[in-house]
Formats: sequence, C-alpha cells, structure tokens
Amino acid sequence: MLGAIPTLLLVVALAFLMVHAAPGGPFDDERVLPADIEANIARAYHLDEPLPEQFWRYLSGVVRGDLGPSYRYRDHTVSQLIGGAFPLSIKLGAMAMTLALVLGISAGTFAALRRNSWLDRTVMTLAMTGISIPVFVIAPVLVLLLAVQLQWLPAGWSGNEGGTRFVLPVVSLALPQIAYIARLTRASMIDVLASDFVRTARAQGLGTRAVVHYHALKPAMLPVVSYLGPAVAAILTGSVVVEEIFGIPGLGQFFVRGALNRDYTLVLGIVIFYAALVILLNLIVDILYAVIDPRIRQR
Amino acid sequence: MLIHMKSCRLLLLAIVGATVVACGGPDDDDGARVATLHRGLSSDPESLDPHKARSVQAGDVLRDIGEGLTSYSTSGELVPGAAQEWTISADGLVYTFTLRADARWSNGDALTAQHFTFSLRRLVDPATAAFYAQALADIVNAEAITAGSLPPAELGVAAVDDRTLVITLARPTPYLLGLLTHPSTFPVHPVSIAQSGDAFTRPGTLLSNGAYKLEAWEPGSVIRLRRNEQYWNNQATAIDAVHHHVLTQEVTELNRYRAGELHITASVPPDSFERVRDEHRDELHIAPYLGVYYYGFNLTKPPFKDAPELRQALSMAIDRAVLVEKVTGRGEAPAYSWVPAGVNNYEPRRFAYAELSQDERNAAAKRLYRDAGYSDTNPAEIELRYNTSDTQQRIALAIQSMWQEVLGVKTTLVNEEFQVLLANMRAAEITQVFRSSWIGDYNDAHTFLSILQAGNPSNMPRYVSDEFDSLMQRAAVQIDPHRRRLFLEEAERVLLADHPVIPLYFYVSKHLVSPDVTGWGDNVLDYHYSQHLSLRTD
Repeated sequence: MLGAIPTLLLVVALAFLMVHAAPGGPFDDERVLPADIEANIARAYHLDEPLPEQFWRYLSGVVRGDLGPSYRYRDHTVSQLIGGAFPLSIKLGAMAMTLALVLGISAGTFAALRRNSWLDRTVMTLAMTGISIPVFVIAPVLVLLLAVQLQWLPAGWSGNEGGTRFVLPVVSLALPQIAYIARLTRASMIDVLASDFVRTARAQGLGTRAVVHYHALKPAMLPVVSYLGPAVAAILTGSVVVEEIFGIPGLGQFFVRGALNRDYTLVLGIVIFYAALVILLNLIVDILYAVIDPRIRQR
Repeated sequence: MLIHMKSCRLLLLAIVGATVVACGGPDDDDGARVATLHRGLSSDPESLDPHKARSVQAGDVLRDIGEGLTSYSTSGELVPGAAQEWTISADGLVYTFTLRADARWSNGDALTAQHFTFSLRRLVDPATAAFYAQALADIVNAEAITAGSLPPAELGVAAVDDRTLVITLARPTPYLLGLLTHPSTFPVHPVSIAQSGDAFTRPGTLLSNGAYKLEAWEPGSVIRLRRNEQYWNNQATAIDAVHHHVLTQEVTELNRYRAGELHITASVPPDSFERVRDEHRDELHIAPYLGVYYYGFNLTKPPFKDAPELRQALSMAIDRAVLVEKVTGRGEAPAYSWVPAGVNNYEPRRFAYAELSQDERNAAAKRLYRDAGYSDTNPAEIELRYNTSDTQQRIALAIQSMWQEVLGVKTTLVNEEFQVLLANMRAAEITQVFRSSWIGDYNDAHTFLSILQAGNPSNMPRYVSDEFDSLMQRAAVQIDPHRRRLFLEEAERVLLADHPVIPLYFYVSKHLVSPDVTGWGDNVLDYHYSQHLSLRTD
C-alpha cells in the first residue's frame, strides 16, 4: 500500500504541470479586465507566484487534506464539491454496475447453455448492438422516447425527486456494460462447460442446473471479475457523458467543466481523487480474485 | 431453473435497493403546493457574492435575490429600486439618492445608506479582487483605490444619514443610473460578512434585499429561491418559489421544457430551432439583445496591418443576409454597425456600403482587393480562428466560401478551444482574423465603443486611432446628452471607416416561455426578474 504514495505524488505533479501548461487561465474571458484588476485577482488566488511556489503551496495543502478553493465555483471549496458529487456518482455507478452484472451474467449464461439457438443469436445480436452504440446516442434516444414522447419518466435531474430520475441515466450507463459482460460470460461459460471437471460432474449424474450453479459458474466468472476494473473505469468515463446529458451534478460533470474552465484546483482535486480511487479498486480486485480462485491464494 | 430464479431475485434486489438508495437522497421538496417557477440557467453562477460574480447567469440569479439603487421594469425601462428617488447636480457629477424607508434585509434589518457605502467600497477594494471593480471607474478615486494607491474609504460615496446616499463622479456618466442596476453594485450585509467571512453566501447565511432569498444551492444542478417576506414590494410578488436549473446543454434544456419540467428556457438549440418555431410558435420569444458577433483583424501584424482596403474588401464580401437567414437562422439581425440598434439615446452609424446591394458590394470589394495588391494569381492567404463549436464552425465555413467565391481569398480555418483562442487573441502574435463577441454591460453606446479605444484591454484588434480616441474623450466630458450622443455617433463613423472589425450580426435573446407564465416582457438587456412574473395554476 505504501507504494501508492509515490504513484500519487507523480500523478499530482504531472497533473499540476499539465493544467498549468494548458493555454489560458481560470479568469480569462472575452471581457478582458484592466491590468490593475487582473493583478488583484491573480494576487488573491496566488496565481502571481512562480509555479514551483504554487506547487509547494498546493502540495502542502493536499497533505493536510485541503484541496483548496475552486476557481470557478468561488463560494465552494474543492473538497465540498467532490464531497457533494462523489456520493451521487457512486450511487449512479453502483446501480449501473449491479444492473450490468445481473443482466449481463444471466444473459451470457443462458446464451452459452442454448448455444447456437435462436435465444443465443438474439442475445448476442443485442449485445453487439449494445457495444457498438455509444452512450451519447442511447441516452438522448431514451429521453426522447420515454420522457418527452411518452412522459413515463423524468427527462432530467434537478427538480425531479425520488427513484424515477435514476432510471434513464442508470440504464444508459449500464447498457454497453450489460452487452460486454454477456459476451464475456458466454465465451467463458462455453469454455468451462467443455472442460474435464464439468464432464466429470455430469458423469456423476448431476443435472444441468446443478452443474452450472455448483461447478461452472464460479470459474466462468474469472474473466468477468478481471473485467470489473476496466468496467468501473468505463462506467466512470461513461458517467461523464451521462451526467452531462441528464444534468446530474456528479464528479464527471465537474471534471469536464473544470478542465474547460481551467479551474486548476478542481481538476487537480478530482484527478487526485480518481487516482486514489483507482489504486484502491485495483487492490480490491486483487483481493476478490484471491477469494474466487483458490489457486491464487495458494501461490 | 435455479439460475433463472437466482438472477430474478438478484435483479429484484438490485431494483429495490436502487429505489431505496435513491429515495434516501435529498428529497426535501415542498410538502404543500406552492407556486414554483422552473427556469433554465445555462451554467452555475461563479458566486452569489455580487462582488465575486461575473457571468450573465450569476446576474440572472442575483437579480432575483438582490436589488440595486435602481432597477428595470419588464419592458426594460429604468425604475427606482432600493432608492425611491434621486437628484442629479447641474454639472452631472453629484447624485443624491434617497433610500426607501421600508427597504429591509431578509432578516428584518433595515437597509441603510451605510450598507451601500460599505458595499461600493468593497467592490473597488483590491483585497476583494472583484471582476467588476471597473463598473465604478467613473466615481471619484475608484481607479486609484483599485490600483492600490488610495484606501477604499476615499471612494466618492458617502452616507449623509441612514437614508441618504451621495455618489460623486469624476466625470459625467449619463449611464450611471443604468450601471446601478448591475448586480456588482448591489448591497451586501456588512455584519454577516464580518461574521461568516467568505461563507456569507451560503444558503441559510446569505441575506438578501431582493424579492427572493436563497434556500438551497446544489452546484451543477439547481438553485432554489424562496419568497423574501421582508422585501419592500413583497405584496407585488406573485410566485412563491423560483428554481434555477443548471442545464449546460441546450438540447437537454429543450427536452426538459418539452417534458413539462421547465417554464422558461435560457436559450433554444440552433439545430432544433425550426422545429421549435413550428411546434411552439406562441411560446418562442425572440428579441434583439445588446450583443455583437464579430470577426476581428489583428492590426499589429501583416497582412492586416496598414491594409484598410483588404479589410474593407473582406467585410464587404460577406453576405450578412445569407449568413443570418441560412447559417445562424435564429432571428439574428445582420450587422452593418458596431453598436446594435435599440441602445438608449443613440442612432448607430452604418457602413457606407450598407445601402448597396450585395452584388454592388461584391464588385466594389473586388476592386478594393485588387487595389490592395491581390489577384487570382496572387491571392490573399489568411487564417481564421474560432472557438470549437458547431455554430462557430458553420459561420466560419460560410464566410470562407464567400471570401473564396467573391475575392478568391484562400482561408485556412483554425478551431481552438475557447481558452486557447482567448490566449491567442490577447497575445496578438499568431492571430490574423479571429472570432469574438461583445455583450453590452449597460444600455449605452459607450459600452460598445469604449472597448475599441487605445489601451482598452478588450481591444482585441489593437485598434489605435487618434481621431476616434479624441471623439470618445470629448464625448466623455459632455453633460448635455444630445451633444454627447453626437460625439459618440461620430466616433462610430470613424471606427467603421477604418474596418478594424467585421461586425457580422447582432445577437437576439431566445427563450421558450410556457403559456402558464404571465408578465413576461421582451427587452434588449434580456433581464427577466422572476418577481415580475406570475404562474397560472390550474
């Protein structure tokens, strides 16, 4: 775990250099300010100091857990913004992930069991479609159909209370993952079903259900588990788009806006946060792997 | 069917779990039915501290929760705000305001003249680092204070007693009363700033002197306002609650309007404009707006330095009628002047060629192009920079082809992220032709003309003309509004003849307004105070 600290430091340093290397500053506008006012603002936000000094100031803040004030949301600190946005992104991501796993694994298993049947072909065609259509196409189509035309579900986030406002964003976010997981599960399940220990289990007279449930499902899940890491990443990046389309104040939206507005502190704060999250998730996946596959535990 | 059962259970669990989690969210909508107005806002305000705010969107919210000395009516006429009346000295330099006796803060405190002196001093104080510190530049000592050479107490603003405020100007400023409607001049509550510091703008802490008070702000999502019972004109406020929904995507905003979730949109997406016009004809409000979309020339470098013929040829070869009808297509007005029509006490000058037909303009443009030393075998090769966006690209493509067709100019299009374009414009090193725009801060020609004065930081083309500058300076010292107007109009004539910029079109404001909303008035500033509106609830 200690190895994570130099990685994080490197991420902070690189991100700091990169946001400051981008042309323009957080307070630039077509409405250029008189020099005195510009100087006052630079002073107020320490942008007049040399870069190493700014970096040191920032780093010593980060060490104390202070990610600084946002330049664009001047009434809020970066920690407040992340604190408000992250639970929402997590909620959205967790729901999408659950939906993707449940539907993806079931569909993939069924397809594998009825290999080359019409069911298999339908599921795989749907999966291929799901993978090829990007989120930014699916989401607006769902909105037009279910919210604007049929008015079954709310079109946006703010002002709509309750669970219904989660449905469209979660479904849009989960669809490509459902498709991908279904394909992975199918392929892996077909392999496992053809393996020796499954044949042994069958030879012992177990029915298909029992074979799949007690013997095949667990080993067939290994590729899906290793896909969890990339899936989380895909959901994180996908949430950037979904949050933008539905106007959900999640982390992804702040990340994109922060970058476009040159909100240095906000972008850096989110990068650090994401980096720490990815490190943590990798650790969790490693542990999960060990839990599922006894061979790894023994090594 | 073991697996089937299992996955069904899991799915059910996931759905139930999701719903439970979702319902645990911040659902604190009003139990009782209150009249709530839902408005679209195209971005979050930077701040609800009037001195740290800057954007049009911040202004839209601040005008609901605060009030300056003066204000605007629905149709855009200047009306008394927190001040009930005022007198102006004969030399136009001393304004004496009398505050309303019943002007109060949302906690019941009286709003006094001392609050205004505190606030205006805070605005120019270098420690505040206010973006709009220059709004008060015409008040005695304001610029010296912002530059740090005088203490804020030296500002030419004084409270004679609790209800009498005197503002002393360094030079006549006929648009001062209009400036005082700007949110940067709104009062802030000194005690709450002393107590809460920078956190004074938080819901629950922010005191307002306007028709509404801040109830909640979820950045990136919504700002919720509630009726301010202490507001002096509270009995005239019809709507109890206003929700400003932050919707950065115009398409999302339109979808929400069509789904019945918004009463008013901040804009209308260009791609859907025709459909919207057909389907919501009576709800669509298009009105002239104080803003000009222009292409600027970098006058410090070749090929546009000392090349007025080339600049004029390029300006004339653009068919603005086609541009606004076929390319932008949202009711914009073609621009043949720098100052938009509809500005108070002003008649914009127009390009001399504005009276010609486009064919005549093209013929004249070709002559000028040849005079400038270019021809079919030696065409001008220029670079046109614009910020990455569909609209900007369509306009740039159209103009590229007009220049090619009429003059044979070879134009390279360069699209850059907005901040990159800004940085390049400011540096004036690699730019040749660049896209920009200017939105007026107050209803006066000065807000447009002054940015092209030498040394003005927003003078992106780096236009320098002694004649223009001297006319602007002579206008600045005129007390008589008519004489001042003549100087300004003459200055615009000089400016247009030099072609430092190509004004392309004047902006329009575009809103969808639900038939349930009454009291809406189109105006050139695009100010729509929620307190003037009412909702039909049936």
